[in-house]
Amino acid sequence: MDASVILFYVISVLLVLSSLMVVFLRNVVHCALALVVALFLIAILFVMLHAPMVGVLQVLVYAGAIMVLFLFVIMFLNPTASEPRRKLWWGFGSAAALLLAASLAALLSNGEAPADPVTATETFGSPETLAKSLFTDFVLPFEITSVLLLVAIIGAVVLAKREP
Amino acid sequence: MVPLDYYLILSAVIFAIGVIGVLVRRNLIVVLMSIELMLNAVNLTFIAFSRYLASMQGQVVVVFVMAVAAAEAVIGLAIVISVFRHRRTLDPQEMQLLKW
Amino acid sequence: MVATTQAVATVDLLRWMPLIPLLASLINMFFGARLGRKTAGGLACVAVLASFAIALYIFWLLPATGMFRDTVYTWIESGSFQVKLSFQVDALTAVMLLVVTGIGFLIHIYSLGYMDHDEGIVRFFVYLNLFIFFMLLLVMGDNLLVLFIGWEGVGLCSYLLIGFWYHDHANTIAGNKAFIVNRIGDFGFVLGLLLLVTELGRQGIWTLDFMELQQHVNLLSPERITLITLLLFVGAAGKSAQIPLFVWLPDAMAGPTPVSALIHAATMVTAGAYMTARLHFLFVLAPETLSLIATIGAATAFFAATVALTQTDIKRVLAYSTVSQLGYMFVAIGIGAFSAAIFHLFTHAFFKACLFLGSGSVIHALDGEQDMRKMGGLKAYLPTTYWTYVIATLAIAGAPFTAGFFSKDFILWQAYSSPRGSTELWFVGWLTAGLTAFYMFRQLFLVFHGECRADEHVKAHIHESPVVMTVPLVVLAAGSIFAGWLGAPEYLWGSLWDHWLQPIFGGAHEAAHGSPTDEINLTLLTLAIGGLGFLLAYFVYGRASKLPDRLASLAGGAPYRLLLHKYYIDEIYDVLIVRPFTYCSRWLAQVFDPGVIDGLVNAVARGARGFSLIWREVQTGNVQHYLAGFLAATLALLAYFLKQQ
Repeated sequence: MDASVILFYVISVLLVLSSLMVVFLRNVVHCALALVVALFLIAILFVMLHAPMVGVLQVLVYAGAIMVLFLFVIMFLNPTASEPRRKLWWGFGSAAALLLAASLAALLSNGEAPADPVTATETFGSPETLAKSLFTDFVLPFEITSVLLLVAIIGAVVLAKREP
Repeated sequence: MVPLDYYLILSAVIFAIGVIGVLVRRNLIVVLMSIELMLNAVNLTFIAFSRYLASMQGQVVVVFVMAVAAAEAVIGLAIVISVFRHRRTLDPQEMQLLKW
Repeated sequence: MVATTQAVATVDLLRWMPLIPLLASLINMFFGARLGRKTAGGLACVAVLASFAIALYIFWLLPATGMFRDTVYTWIESGSFQVKLSFQVDALTAVMLLVVTGIGFLIHIYSLGYMDHDEGIVRFFVYLNLFIFFMLLLVMGDNLLVLFIGWEGVGLCSYLLIGFWYHDHANTIAGNKAFIVNRIGDFGFVLGLLLLVTELGRQGIWTLDFMELQQHVNLLSPERITLITLLLFVGAAGKSAQIPLFVWLPDAMAGPTPVSALIHAATMVTAGAYMTARLHFLFVLAPETLSLIATIGAATAFFAATVALTQTDIKRVLAYSTVSQLGYMFVAIGIGAFSAAIFHLFTHAFFKACLFLGSGSVIHALDGEQDMRKMGGLKAYLPTTYWTYVIATLAIAGAPFTAGFFSKDFILWQAYSSPRGSTELWFVGWLTAGLTAFYMFRQLFLVFHGECRADEHVKAHIHESPVVMTVPLVVLAAGSIFAGWLGAPEYLWGSLWDHWLQPIFGGAHEAAHGSPTDEINLTLLTLAIGGLGFLLAYFVYGRASKLPDRLASLAGGAPYRLLLHKYYIDEIYDVLIVRPFTYCSRWLAQVFDPGVIDGLVNAVARGARGFSLIWREVQTGNVQHYLAGFLAATLALLAYFLKQQ
């Protein structure tokens, strides 16, 4: 068995566990922390898949900025009420999600993508290659995304402002 | 080498778990977090395909998805704050004005 | 027997005959109030006079075998089926035209006097002119559809005029009755018309034109023709008050007397006879229908005459008399003697109009009194009315050399001698002639002779009618004598009338049995029973006697009451037809319509509402529920794609 395969299994088990913790834990802060762990694990998977730049971005942006924001809001709002849980609803939701996973998996694994990866260049996934693609083929979406971020900032400020 | 299918199945599972969270949890913040989970599952799919087809496009898309996810999380949380100020609750089932 | 196609000339003048009265009617309708009573009335009379003048002119121009035609425009055009608004005048129409416009004009003049004190006089002339318009459409139409428009239109005017004094509810009921009974007849008419069109259409001919119908009538099978003619006769029975659809005519006397004279004596009620004469080529091919017509005509003539014996209202007697004389016309039609029927129509118009107008004069003099038991001795007060009434009575009773003598005798002779006639038919007609003489002279004696039985205050005001009313009486009385001279039998000076109508109907039948001497003998028999009727009337009513009361109480008084109540036929109709019908209608209106039909519609509405009430529960407002639905749909899609693999 390959080292990478073993690594993959370990990380995937941990990933699934932490995802389940995000969804099933009662305490919001615990959920947030579980999500951070999950994001880290995904970043590792990214690196395994020859996307180091994206992986680093994942840690910086997702696990770093977005989750910090989540934690800020949780602590800011400090919700004390505990949420009610209805067994029926949970059962139904889980069943539906199981079904979803099964059908997606079935669908996706019948594809014609090669089981083994195509040989890639040395620079595959490196910052330079990513940047080259980003700033040439995808420059328009890039610019639009920057506008989007601006709009999001303004929107957030307006929405969250305390009324005078 | 890890076959592509493994990554795809893993991704499907994570996505499904995210769906549970969105559908079932009665805390808006956790719902938002579940949405992030779903987005990450999709990112995983993209990166996997990108590697196996040796195309940078997948990774570029993931960058964009991350940017959009960030924007969406920001707005979403701003709305959560705004709603909480008025309603003192984070339960989505308490917000049922959009009906007959 | 069928007339050969005559020369047809186009004459644009024809359309003005109906158009001028229509215009006058419209002008009076919209501007009558502003024009004032005198001007409006004058306009109406002048309009009919204009039509009469044109009719005279056309009559003078019309060649013996010719026909004039005036096509206004094409009304219906559907594939090969065409109906034009088009007028035709042949010998038959010319006669009808003269009657309608001539007598119509006289009655218009008369109305100027009769309706002078009535506040609705302008409305009266609007309706009267409108009637002339429709009646002219009827007689001048060159196809069955234009005839039918006129047919319906005169029915409408009849309704409007019967219920003219609408403040009295009884008058409006009478108007309704006339219209509704007519409508029943019209139902048969329309069915016959439609059957005719479709049957010919099945053979490839699509037309309602009289000339074209006549050409192609032999394409139809005898059974079909019989059915068509039966249905058409139902219409004629309605319009011309034959059994069983005559019940409206006595009630129609609720209208002003000029209306009774014009519409319910001279013109509209003759439309049924005209229509069958116009379609004679169809009816002669249906012997069963013809014999039915003859039987019904004879029955009606006799039956109505018996009822007239006991009536006390002056106009009612005349109404039943009209029904009876119409019966004679249909007997003539039934035996195929169309020319005789039209001849009687012609003479009857004169003396019946004269009688009605005379009765109007009496009513006018007595300030509205119509009960003959409160009349009497008016001979001294109303000389002109009296003498014209005498002449007209002589005419209807068939006194020698009056108009009625010639026309009635003609019919009776045809009834006896024609191949389709029979001795039974003649006998009934002969008896009826006797009855006619009796009840008419009864009326004459009751109204004009003996003691005046009117109330004191009425008696004080009795006066002869103004000139405007008496001149038409005189003219009509003259017509009652001389109009008949056109149709004398062969042994006198021959029939100009038959000659005139020969191109249309063919010559008179050769007598099937009976010789010329038989004809003279029959005439003498008729005169005899007429004279008998006169004498009986004189002995019972001409002198003061107890006889009337003793006759009335004969056999326990039951026969008298039976006749007085017109065989209770209105009551029978009420129980058998009107009540079940009203019951059904009420049930439909109050139970079926709100319950079932509205119920059905409401049920659909309620169903939709209930359905939506259930479905709106789907919108819980809970976003997570919506997402669950989203998920379900996604799963379905995924399943579909999986199946595809």
